[in-house]
Amino acid sequence: MSEVALLVAATLAAGTPLAIAGLGLLLNERAGILNLGAEGMLLISAVAGFAAAFHGGSEWLGFAAGAAAGAAVAAVFGWLVVWLNTNQYATGLAVSLFGSGFSAFVGIDYVGRQLGEQRAHAVPILGELPFLGPALFRQHPMVYVAVALVGAASFFLYRTRAGLVLRAVGESPQSAHALGYGVRRIRLAAVVTGGALCGVAGAFLSVVYTPLWVEGMVAGRGWIALALTVFATWRPARILLGAYLFGGVTMLQLHLQAQGVELPSQFMAMLPYVATVVVLVLISRNPLWIRLNMPASLGKPFFPGA
Amino acid sequence: MTAPRLELRHVTKRYGDVVANDDVALAVAPGEIHAILGENGAGKSTLMKIVYGAVAPDAGELLWDGAPADIRSPHDARALGIAMVFQHFSLFDSLTVAENVWLGLSRTVSLREVVEGIRGKAAEYGLDLDPHRPVHVLSVGERQRVEIVRALLANPRLLILDEPTAVLTPQAADKLFETLRKLAATGCSILYISHKLHEIVALCHQCTVLRGGRVVASCDPARESTASLSRLMIGAEPPRLERRPASAGAIALSTRELTLESHDRFGVALEDVSLDVRAGEIVGIAGVSGNGQQELLAALSGEDPRADAGAIQLFGQPIGRVGAAARRKRGLHFVPEERLGRGAVPALSLANNMLLTRKEALRAFGWIDRAALRDQASGVLRRYWVKAAGPSAAARSLSGGNLQKYIVGRELDAVPKVLVVAQPTWGVDVGAASQIRAELVALRDAGCAVLVVSEELEELFALADRLHVIAKGRLSPSIPTAEATVEQIGEWMSGLWAGGPGQAAALAGGSP
Repeated sequence: MSEVALLVAATLAAGTPLAIAGLGLLLNERAGILNLGAEGMLLISAVAGFAAAFHGGSEWLGFAAGAAAGAAVAAVFGWLVVWLNTNQYATGLAVSLFGSGFSAFVGIDYVGRQLGEQRAHAVPILGELPFLGPALFRQHPMVYVAVALVGAASFFLYRTRAGLVLRAVGESPQSAHALGYGVRRIRLAAVVTGGALCGVAGAFLSVVYTPLWVEGMVAGRGWIALALTVFATWRPARILLGAYLFGGVTMLQLHLQAQGVELPSQFMAMLPYVATVVVLVLISRNPLWIRLNMPASLGKPFFPGA
Repeated sequence: MTAPRLELRHVTKRYGDVVANDDVALAVAPGEIHAILGENGAGKSTLMKIVYGAVAPDAGELLWDGAPADIRSPHDARALGIAMVFQHFSLFDSLTVAENVWLGLSRTVSLREVVEGIRGKAAEYGLDLDPHRPVHVLSVGERQRVEIVRALLANPRLLILDEPTAVLTPQAADKLFETLRKLAATGCSILYISHKLHEIVALCHQCTVLRGGRVVASCDPARESTASLSRLMIGAEPPRLERRPASAGAIALSTRELTLESHDRFGVALEDVSLDVRAGEIVGIAGVSGNGQQELLAALSGEDPRADAGAIQLFGQPIGRVGAAARRKRGLHFVPEERLGRGAVPALSLANNMLLTRKEALRAFGWIDRAALRDQASGVLRRYWVKAAGPSAAARSLSGGNLQKYIVGRELDAVPKVLVVAQPTWGVDVGAASQIRAELVALRDAGCAVLVVSEELEELFALADRLHVIAKGRLSPSIPTAEATVEQIGEWMSGLWAGGPGQAAALAGGSP
């Protein structure tokens, strides 16, 4: 019983960075910008967050530094693709490659360093509940923040005018421009916000989840987050679902490996990726869903007045 | 004398070597309905985009209420009180009608107020519109209503309309004119772009005629006739449609009690549609947009191959479940309503667009004979007087009317045995429209069975030998055009034929 509770708890923790990063990328993509640099942004913010937490002694300082680093990288990316109309795919891949090299270079002094003692977290009263307490209510606050962010993003996209404008820009930047909206400014704002969220996710990985800095420690989570946005048909709640699914299978396969199940470990390590893709493909099978939710201008450059 | 609401001086715009607007001057007084008349490619749309700030002019100045105005973006234009209804609609497909309208308004109103505003304006001006439907299920005519209501809700001081009646029924167009007159009476100026001469004579106070990007005349339409305006616009006499009575032969295309649920839950289901088109005749289907035309066209073209096999027959063969390409191979060609996206791929060259429905330039193993393809495309460009830079010009670089000429030309050139055409002359100017109609008649005389689905009654009366009306997914009996009157067809459009959907409602005590 307590084993299951621990598995659930570990799942939520593992899914959290994916959910936050996926949400940031979803905002980008709803505005029509595909940021393939997610992996690089996560790495840079992971090392920035670790460094800040290491020197400042506060994990919240780490999150702030991660968000700032992510936003800064995203701002450069946004300036390139939105204002200079460079190719989004090529620029994004460049950011990913740059991020992995740059983070390794900057982080060389932090390899093997320890952060201060990790504090235990528990929600008062709820944390004392049998089973539910250890499963759900003894998490790092950022786990709950991620859930709240998903709700907030849903509300923003579907219940506010600003969200409507964002969706409109992603759907048809030409029409939005014709109606007098500043397409480039809105797109840049979405990219920077998305970058900041990716930054928080990166910092969570290095400051809370692992918690240490190793070169390449993001281990493809940036790419998984990108895939999540597509399979979630650009709906925030499904991002959360996909992230927890990925986290859950990751934990389950580790658990099974520890139990000594007779399967090659490489095959087990592959499971979370396969499971996430299969389940989300099944969810997003409906072509009408894709058509209604996919931002029509995704990945396409916009030239005002052309 | 008050200053004009809007004045243009020496406005010039070049696209590469093409001069779209050359030293254009015009002035619009407050409360004036000012027509901009010109053929396709005369520079009307470019000029309006300049006024609306969507395109920057190379030279010249704009004055607003007598003061120089620097309109750099649509945002600036809207701040001045300029609203525009576009020819290519600027709507967001995945959003609802109300959300689309909301995006065009100031941010102080709530979505609920917008829904009420839409209902109010729609009732006031007789524009039927459901605020909660998503835009992607709307027909062209309905989309235009969204654009017009959106413009009206902004309470503009200058309203620009680009070919607004192209997809409206005569009654709806008359209603629109009432709307515009009311609006002008409140002091709003209107720029009315059109090439429909009788509309300009009936509606407008002042008319500026463009030809080849230059102003060739500025006149009072009330003192002109449609013939004199036409001469100003094309610089020559308009061609007349010559036609002889049809000599109808064997049945070529027919539907038998075609019943089909729509793909879309907001679509119209077809019910018991039975129809015959014989070789050597033109059959017309009239109706207000959104009454099942899209569904019927999709079933006939093969885009929607869900009908019972025997419900649609081509030369007696069941084709209900056969795809579009196979139907084309058997001689059924199709000109869709949407030029960009259905009729042509916007980013591809005209020559490559040829390959969508024509296989003459294909060699063994699917190799493309590029020289033959270019010749084929050039042939269509020449024969149908399409204004384009050449066969390598991208489809989207053509004006709407020119692209329509190209698409119709592409299908006519294939010498089809059966041709299904939707809105053959939508947004096409007078000269080109009569040319397209003459070609359709010539095709009929050569023995082709032609089915024309159009929302323009005038066109159907000019073209068709027999008329049907479609209302709420049901088809009226046919009537020889010579015996039909506009009033009767107008009533049928509301479903009021014996056994029609309107008739049933009237008998049941409901309003038609």
